Amino acid sequence: MKTGSKAKERRQNFLIDIIMMTVCVLLLLPLVMLVANGFKTPQEILVWPPTLVPNDPTMENFYRVFSETPLFKWIFNSLSFALLSMVAIVITSTLAGYVIAKFQFWTINVIFILFLATAIIPFEVYMIPLYFQVKALGALNSICGLLIGYLVMSFGIFLIRQNVIASVPDELLEAARIDGAGEFWIFWHIVVPLLKGPIAALSVLAFFQAWTTFAWPIIVLTRKTAFTIEVGLANFQSAYTIDLALLSAASAAVMVPSVLVFVLLRRSFVEGIAASGMKE
Amino acid sequence: MLNKKQFWFAIIAILPTFAIFGWVRIFPIIETLRLSLHQWNLLSKNKPFIGLENFRELFGDDQFFEAIVNTAAIAFGAMAITIPLSMVLAGVIYHRTRSRFAGFYETAVFIPHVVSLVPAAMAWKWVFDAKLGPLNRLIMAFGGDAQPWLFNPVLAVICIILLVSWQTLGYGVLIYLVGFRNLPKSVYEAAKLDGANGIQSFFFMSVPLLKPITLYVSVVTLISGFNVYAQAFILASDTQGSPGRLVRVLVLDMLENSFQNFRVGYAAAEAVILLLIVLLLTAVQFGLLRQGRRK
Repeated sequence: MKTGSKAKERRQNFLIDIIMMTVCVLLLLPLVMLVANGFKTPQEILVWPPTLVPNDPTMENFYRVFSETPLFKWIFNSLSFALLSMVAIVITSTLAGYVIAKFQFWTINVIFILFLATAIIPFEVYMIPLYFQVKALGALNSICGLLIGYLVMSFGIFLIRQNVIASVPDELLEAARIDGAGEFWIFWHIVVPLLKGPIAALSVLAFFQAWTTFAWPIIVLTRKTAFTIEVGLANFQSAYTIDLALLSAASAAVMVPSVLVFVLLRRSFVEGIAASGMKE
Repeated sequence: MLNKKQFWFAIIAILPTFAIFGWVRIFPIIETLRLSLHQWNLLSKNKPFIGLENFRELFGDDQFFEAIVNTAAIAFGAMAITIPLSMVLAGVIYHRTRSRFAGFYETAVFIPHVVSLVPAAMAWKWVFDAKLGPLNRLIMAFGGDAQPWLFNPVLAVICIILLVSWQTLGYGVLIYLVGFRNLPKSVYEAAKLDGANGIQSFFFMSVPLLKPITLYVSVVTLISGFNVYAQAFILASDTQGSPGRLVRVLVLDMLENSFQNFRVGYAAAEAVILLLIVLLLTAVQFGLLRQGRRK
């Protein structure tokens, strides 16, 4: 009897695994085909059924992409923007989150409510006035101008605050103060090491947010050499709408490294996003 | 109580963040509200105050109406696909937590969410392509008629919904997985003893127990759906190759009014409408949550 139900359960799980595998493969198939299409000749991309591994793989599309666009420059722009934005967000969020969690007086509470209130307002709502602020500073078409929109992150402040409350005990801070430690020393040598996990999660989130942003760079950047990779690709695709192999090569060249980085950093990434769901 | 040293540390530590917030968040938000009540054509120096005139004009603007309808269709359509699908997928992945494939499932479902918008849209552009795309080939193989997926305004909206759902799915699964892991195990064991099978306990226990999460994911998907832009920009180019005109969405209409028609005040009024939609959705979420708690 018991062995029978065990075997039945195993059969069920096997079936579930097969269905799940199919679903996962189907979800990833468009991306896999994008990479495959990047290696195809104009003739082969027309072949039905589409080949998963090109019969006659060619690097021609990639050579053309790299010679016809400043792709490396775009990648460099995106990387610098994403890294600087990450650093700014981590610094501002950690300091503010710690202060809000541990130094409570009415001004700080008011500021916190203000941070929270702006958190629900999407960037798209206020990006046009922000554009004019950047323009007034003469920072259009620069990484600096891009950065102005991505220096702070309400969710980051919130995430750090929650983690300080959960994992930095008051007694520890008090003990350090009695030993005569200064407030900045405490922050740097006691608080920051205790927040390694959430800081890593926040870094990955902030980096990917800047790396994938689209609407803001497309209005701030109009000069080809200043483009981020997303804007560059978008412009490139409207110029070459018909050449799918070429467009696939350009997209694949950008997508593959970022997916690899994601798979490596998956744990931190997932932690950060999961935390966003725990807001209540 | 804080002593003097602590007080000054707190002030100095929070001041930069607060100043940046005021500069790049609070000021432009207020500016959006202010501009929406003014007429400003970007070229002229004076911006006369015109009250609610921009909003009055918006309600009679066909392009704006089209944008609102498309955007709402995309937001609600993507939500209707994402919510049930991500809940079921998360349930199955949770059920198979101990399987050696669990990590692969999670990663595979999540990758579409982290791929940046433009490469993802390019991948789907091939799928939907009228001549080369596998979608049309499949339809024809089953005896259907090929469709100009990306060149028909209604079909293009469906394509954008599919793309957006594919991208959001990973996020939904992730949040639901956290939900499943936090559910009380004892209830499920009790149900199992009473003879409930997996499907029964999914529908009669997980679905109602996960209601707060469903509410949260729905609102997040809806809000991000209302901000859709890149997907429409890439997928729905019109025949001349000028991007994004076939499916007019809210953000696109707003940017066009501001930077091509030079009507910044009018665009700000659209931004205010977007803000009101988001606030309304958030208020509904909180209202429903509170109602759920009271019961």
